[in-house]
Amino acid sequence: MSDFETDELDEEPRAGSAPTPQQHFAWRFGGASDLLTPLLTTVVAFLMGGLVVALTGKNPIRVYHAIFTGTGVGWFFQVGNHSARIPFSAAHMWFPWDTGSAAATNLQQTLLFTTPIVLTALAVAFAFRCGMFNIGGQGQYIVGTIFAVWLGSSVASLDPWLHVLLCIVVATLAGALWAGIAGILKATVGAHEVISTIMLNWIAIWVGSYLFGAGGPLQGSRAAIPASNPIFDGAKLPVFWGLKLLQGLSIGVFIAIAMLFVYWVIVNRTTLGFAVRAVGFNPEAARYGGISVARSYFVAMAIAGAFAGLAGAIDVTGWEYQVGPADLQASQIGFIGLAAALLGRNTAVGVGFASLLFGALITGTSSRQLDPTVFRPDLAGNLTTIIQGLVVLFVGLNLGGLWTWLGRRRRV
Amino acid sequence: MSRWTRPQAVGSTGIVLGALAFWLALPPLAARTAVLPIAVGVLAVAAGIWAASRESRRAGGGAIAAGVLGIAFGVLATRSSSAHLDTVVVWGSLGAATLRYATPLTFAAIGGLYCERSGVVNVALEGMLLTGAFFGIWGAVWAHTWAGGLAWVVGLVAAALAGMALAAIHAVWAISFKTDQIISGTAINFLALGITGYLFVDKYGDTGTPGNVPDYGIPDVHLHFLQNWTFIGPIFGQLNLMIWLSFALLVATYVLVFRMPEGLRLRSVGEHPRAADTVGLSVSKIRYIAVIGSGAIAAMGGAYLSLGFVHSFNQGMTNGIGFIGLAALIFGKWRPFPAWGAALLFGFSSALADRLPAAYGNQWGTLFQALPYLLTLIAVGGVVGRSIGPAAAGRPYAKQ
Repeated sequence: MSDFETDELDEEPRAGSAPTPQQHFAWRFGGASDLLTPLLTTVVAFLMGGLVVALTGKNPIRVYHAIFTGTGVGWFFQVGNHSARIPFSAAHMWFPWDTGSAAATNLQQTLLFTTPIVLTALAVAFAFRCGMFNIGGQGQYIVGTIFAVWLGSSVASLDPWLHVLLCIVVATLAGALWAGIAGILKATVGAHEVISTIMLNWIAIWVGSYLFGAGGPLQGSRAAIPASNPIFDGAKLPVFWGLKLLQGLSIGVFIAIAMLFVYWVIVNRTTLGFAVRAVGFNPEAARYGGISVARSYFVAMAIAGAFAGLAGAIDVTGWEYQVGPADLQASQIGFIGLAAALLGRNTAVGVGFASLLFGALITGTSSRQLDPTVFRPDLAGNLTTIIQGLVVLFVGLNLGGLWTWLGRRRRV
Repeated sequence: MSRWTRPQAVGSTGIVLGALAFWLALPPLAARTAVLPIAVGVLAVAAGIWAASRESRRAGGGAIAAGVLGIAFGVLATRSSSAHLDTVVVWGSLGAATLRYATPLTFAAIGGLYCERSGVVNVALEGMLLTGAFFGIWGAVWAHTWAGGLAWVVGLVAAALAGMALAAIHAVWAISFKTDQIISGTAINFLALGITGYLFVDKYGDTGTPGNVPDYGIPDVHLHFLQNWTFIGPIFGQLNLMIWLSFALLVATYVLVFRMPEGLRLRSVGEHPRAADTVGLSVSKIRYIAVIGSGAIAAMGGAYLSLGFVHSFNQGMTNGIGFIGLAALIFGKWRPFPAWGAALLFGFSSALADRLPAAYGNQWGTLFQALPYLLTLIAVGGVVGRSIGPAAAGRPYAKQ
């Protein structure tokens, strides 16, 4: 009998036995720069999405072409002889691309959406490295949004740079604390982070709806409109490409790119990152090696939440400027970041490219970009969600495991 | 130590006292002084601290939380006008609304129970509910031209089949492909959201689901003899058929899972798959049946939501109900009746949030929408203590 009692539940798995979820995390998402699976996943997801479009009687090739046109990614291929204004100055210089074309405006939108996706994806990726699944990026993003709008619209007469910095720093910290709740619960009582972060999402949505809604304490001066006041000009990030009024591209995109580098450094070049990864690989071994597992859970969640809170701050100070309950309830950025993190295999470079893919997809399917005579934008929005789901479904599939499974089927 | 001075009993008494602190400030008693709820709430907290400092941290923590919440809500209630209180707190309607809100949670929790007891983690309940909600109404709308008032039966069948199809994906990924079950569950939630949203816009996009759904939706059961009973009458006199079905489902689940050999097999596969395998049970077959069955049950909860409760469908209308159901299951330690109790608690908070705007204006109703989620967070975080689930939940099983 004792044989049964001490087998796979307690011991290290033997060869051929199933790995624990932690080992799954580590093996599948441990940063192996495996290009094949993400690429195949993307292709399969888009093919199956096209199948849905075709089954409901539309031409998938025309639909995808219209979406691609809307993304503005084609801008990179339109090389010519142009003149561009150097940002923040009156001087012009020769430039191979036309910075004022329609495609350029579309590309600004794509990059505008890519920015928060990069950051919410990092929020998922960092927690993943610690063996946690942070579905709370959405809530942490919303908390960051709330604090950025509140400080941006209520604190007047500050030095412009100081004001925007204040908004961003406080929103980042708020996101960190919000995620930290889930981290503390996981570390102290073992509450599963999936449930606690989802509950925190909903609490953030409803509290935000209360704050900005009709009669709420942060509602703007116009009683008929359920939204905050717009933030002061000093709290806005400088726009370097396109027009501020038409959602031009702010320097927030560079903050996101810098954060990709910061993420890489923390994960790969610091003691903290080492501890986090060790806990992600095997909490028991990490504990045996003298690493505080509880502390790692909390710190990893807090840093993850900081990324998501920063995303909210950049959206507010970069182009949204004011928010209302409808914006909070409709936002899906955190969940798209989740798909981007999985598709990017939680590596900095992968997250960057996967976020660009999803940023382009959102822009291309938005009602502002997509030609409604080709495909209804509200259908296209749901197509994005389907593709997102297919990506998460297939990227978790271990190709090797699938191969052995098929092999066993054949043998039987 | 006598029976009533054990920490466990003192802690439980504290929880009851915490609820009492709130109740005293509500109609019909409606105490007008804040002293009463505070005094009773402090007693609850004291009992909680006493119990927690002995060996009973669970009940103690629960009593402390109940006491604090009881004081907070009790004081709030004493400070608002009694006319407002009478509008919001009508116990009969609150009780009926609690059951209405708790029913989808119950279906989700019971669906999750089968799945998780077999050793497969199911965070896809949300998507299964949503799928059931869409295909339920879709089937009924499709069938009502020829099935008339009974079209809801077709709707229920369509919902169950769609839920099973979705669960089958989860089963193949979790059991055969041995992928991470939380990731595949999350993927299924996205897929359900996208597919139901896409089909909804494609079929009903311009006008929404038909307005005549109440004519062939899931009917209410009228118990006329109960009408004149106080309290019981308003609650049970007119309940939807699905609510009664959820009671039956609870009893059936208890009997099947905890009193019959099939249930023993199910639980053994979830607790110790190798041992189950050794005595000749097919681990993957039992898990497949459990996961696909859980999809059908959860989808019925979704069908109740669209066909029996709100009589329409909207994109993403489940709003996290599946996750609250999962939390109820965890809160109830993977047992049917405790999970139902948790579902009732969450349902009560939804019912309260639903009735608040009538007296206090919309913004308070909006804020109280967060209450069920907050209670869920408190429930999974600490107050109930560490819930130990089925030992093999989340672990794929490879036959050797």
